[in-house]
Amino acid sequence: MSLLSTFRRVSRENELLYLFLHNPVAQVAALIALLCICGAAFSPWLAPTNPYDIASIDIMDSLVPPAWSDEGDSRFLIGTDDQGRDLLSAILYGTRLSLLVGLLSVGFACTLGVTVGLMAGYFGGRFDTIMMRIADVQLSLPAILVALLIDGIARGILPRDQHDHLMIVVLTIAIGLSLWVNFARTVRASTMVERNKEYVQASEIMGMHPLRIMLVHILPNIMGPILVILTVDLAVAILLEATLSFLGVGVPPNQPSLGTLIRIGTEYLFSGEWWIVIFPSAMLIIMIVSINILGDFLRDAFNPRLR
Amino acid sequence: MKLLDINKLTVKFPTRFGEFKALDNVSLDVNAGEIHGLVGESGAGKSTVGAAVIGLLQSPGYVAGGKIHFMGENLCELDADAYHRLRGSRISMIFQDPQTSLNPLLTISAQLVETIRQHSDLSHSEALEQAIGLLKETGLHNVEQRIDDYPHQFSGGMRQRVVIALALCTDPELIIADEPTTALDVSVQKQILELIRTLCTTRNIGIILITHDIGVINEITDRVTVLRNGRVIESGPTAKVLGHPEDEYTHALMMAVPRLDKRLDRFKNIVAEDNFDESDNQWQVEGASAALASDWLLAERKVDQSVAASAHVSRSPILEVNDLDVTFYSGQPRWFGKRAGFKALSDINLEVRTGEVLGIVGESGSGKSTLAKAIVGLVDPSAGSMLFRGKALPEGSKRDRHHAVRRQIQMVFQDPFSSLNNRLTVERIIAEPIRFYGLSGDKKEIRKLVASVLDLVEMPQRAMLKYPHQFSGGQRQRIAVARALVARPEFLICDEPTSALDVSIQAQMLNLLKDLQQAFGLSILFISHNLAVIRQMADRVVVLKEGRLIETAETEAFFNSPTDEYSQMLLRETPSLSLVKV
Repeated sequence: MSLLSTFRRVSRENELLYLFLHNPVAQVAALIALLCICGAAFSPWLAPTNPYDIASIDIMDSLVPPAWSDEGDSRFLIGTDDQGRDLLSAILYGTRLSLLVGLLSVGFACTLGVTVGLMAGYFGGRFDTIMMRIADVQLSLPAILVALLIDGIARGILPRDQHDHLMIVVLTIAIGLSLWVNFARTVRASTMVERNKEYVQASEIMGMHPLRIMLVHILPNIMGPILVILTVDLAVAILLEATLSFLGVGVPPNQPSLGTLIRIGTEYLFSGEWWIVIFPSAMLIIMIVSINILGDFLRDAFNPRLR
Repeated sequence: MKLLDINKLTVKFPTRFGEFKALDNVSLDVNAGEIHGLVGESGAGKSTVGAAVIGLLQSPGYVAGGKIHFMGENLCELDADAYHRLRGSRISMIFQDPQTSLNPLLTISAQLVETIRQHSDLSHSEALEQAIGLLKETGLHNVEQRIDDYPHQFSGGMRQRVVIALALCTDPELIIADEPTTALDVSVQKQILELIRTLCTTRNIGIILITHDIGVINEITDRVTVLRNGRVIESGPTAKVLGHPEDEYTHALMMAVPRLDKRLDRFKNIVAEDNFDESDNQWQVEGASAALASDWLLAERKVDQSVAASAHVSRSPILEVNDLDVTFYSGQPRWFGKRAGFKALSDINLEVRTGEVLGIVGESGSGKSTLAKAIVGLVDPSAGSMLFRGKALPEGSKRDRHHAVRRQIQMVFQDPFSSLNNRLTVERIIAEPIRFYGLSGDKKEIRKLVASVLDLVEMPQRAMLKYPHQFSGGQRQRIAVARALVARPEFLICDEPTSALDVSIQAQMLNLLKDLQQAFGLSILFISHNLAVIRQMADRVVVLKEGRLIETAETEAFFNSPTDEYSQMLLRETPSLSLVKV
């Protein structure tokens, strides 16, 4: 009883929680996103087979259609791909890889972007001008080009056998580099607004170190916009990873990610093996849409004008 | 027949905390050719009355009961179309801020002609002619040359005249003026009020004047309705209501208005805004008390205590400002020749004596805040020097982060909503200076001190557990004062500390500042645009105008016989409560 009343009180006082509890669309999106994350996180335990375990893969099982069709096999619920991997397991493991790359790259972009944005917004002047021009240049380079560039450099520097190992790092840096500008620009704008508020001036008068002002005073006050970009860019990052893998510059084909699965699938699409491309694509779409809806919800919740 | 008759109007706003009654059984009426004042503090529902009459209640608010009769027609029963025809043609509105109520992308002639033609079938040239006539009527000079100017080319007062012309252009029978002079300087305010009065009489228009300023009410209204929390407290002819208030609240409200004509030791009969409940008041940190706070704050200043005790102003200056210039440069690069600069302050010479309150008065743009910023080091002066306790005060960017002055000079800001960090608890906000200046390192002691200082500024100790957004403006301002106090300052700069507050809260705040000043012998630089507040607070007055120092005088001498012409004008134009007897 007291727990329930505490919850009621908290949900009333907490704007975000209140809005969330009154927005069924956001709740469904959050549920789906949570399911995707759980499925990805626990894939070694949930998946029927391990697509990395070459011993368990039989090339004779390749291109088996879903279990409910005539030629289906009850072992493979939604069929197998061209290498004979169980598609369900491959998707679960693939989502894991996609989400991992997505989270890592957004984390990288966020750290870089927030640092640059805070400093540019706080100090202004020449530093601001230089950083924002770099951001402009960055924006004019498509993410794929950046990824190809970094991939090319990595291939050139690293020995062949290590290359596959470090693919995730290369992907993370490539995607992160194309996303940090979003963070930097928004954080810079919000910082410039906060910087002129009197509580920041009060800290300046006290003689507080600029770093402390930025971290203790400004950063907590601009978390709203950062959170919004974080969610929206997570979807973008997953999509970019899929695109890069689809184009063959992402993870190697023996490691299933959603992008590589879709790429394999398209080769077989016109020969009637539709399931290889449809199921990973559906997974990708559902995940992206639900994360995007969550991002939209956060944006509305943090925008006082829409309340 | 009455022009407007509001009968038992109730307006409700559904919120998630239940339904909020913005207006509760409000009845009032307005006759043609009469100015009816609506006065009250924030949250009283003044603006809601105006919005309900003109049919623009903010969603999700709705009229829950009562009737609004306009020339015998019940406005509550009108459909959207009929209301749309009525609005702007027979009832029009003057808004508070002339900056935002005109479209910045259209010339004023375009805006006037559009409105005129919307409600009549005049041709463009006829409408233009009418627009010129209206602008002349509102007292705009050089109308023919200026009619094709854009709103930003006019000053605030001129812009408000255009807004009034816009409200007049359909020849309305009722005008709702929502705080029409609040955004303007006193000298302009007077002219606009006179204009409203003239129009009301010559055109026989009924006007509802919504304001929080009892001085304005006293100046021009015929009848007045005092509102509080959505209820009518008192209503009647202005002279009677203000001269002989029957209700205690009206009386208290009037007592809280700072007086221009004489200095009081304290404000009395204040309506306190106590929304603290029992649990707030009972919660205490062990050993914390206001006495402890005073002892701690005075601990390092035993020597000065004699000064504080006698409340006598010593002659030695704590701060001297000599030939101070502050120039703001535009962003133009240096190699395009000499940079154009705007002189915000020029040749300012003043001194603040130990233990005195120096009041700084000026209209907007006079450089009051720039002066404060130059002293605390947020703005670099371009020339001149400052001495603090006889030692040179380095300018802002050259002032060491650990310079002792950073603790000795503290500042209280104007806007209590942006001067506190919303993401920190009140405890952390107040503890920050104690920790930062190394005044105490012991966690328990800091906690005790924070609680004690809250006690000292008349806040419950439990406030330290909450976040700033849970408090009202006045309470937040008291937290800001507590934050300034714990640094054990010797010199306090108050930059318009009460201009964002309601009068009763302002009175409370001014009382508090006076008490603290006397108890700790603080020297205060008190900046305000409100002459009456300055009179109540300051020992000496400095008048600034467009960055120049106009006059320096003892407060009593200044208010009795100001020597400078500009000061005389300021005093004359400030609305006062002269007909009120205390």
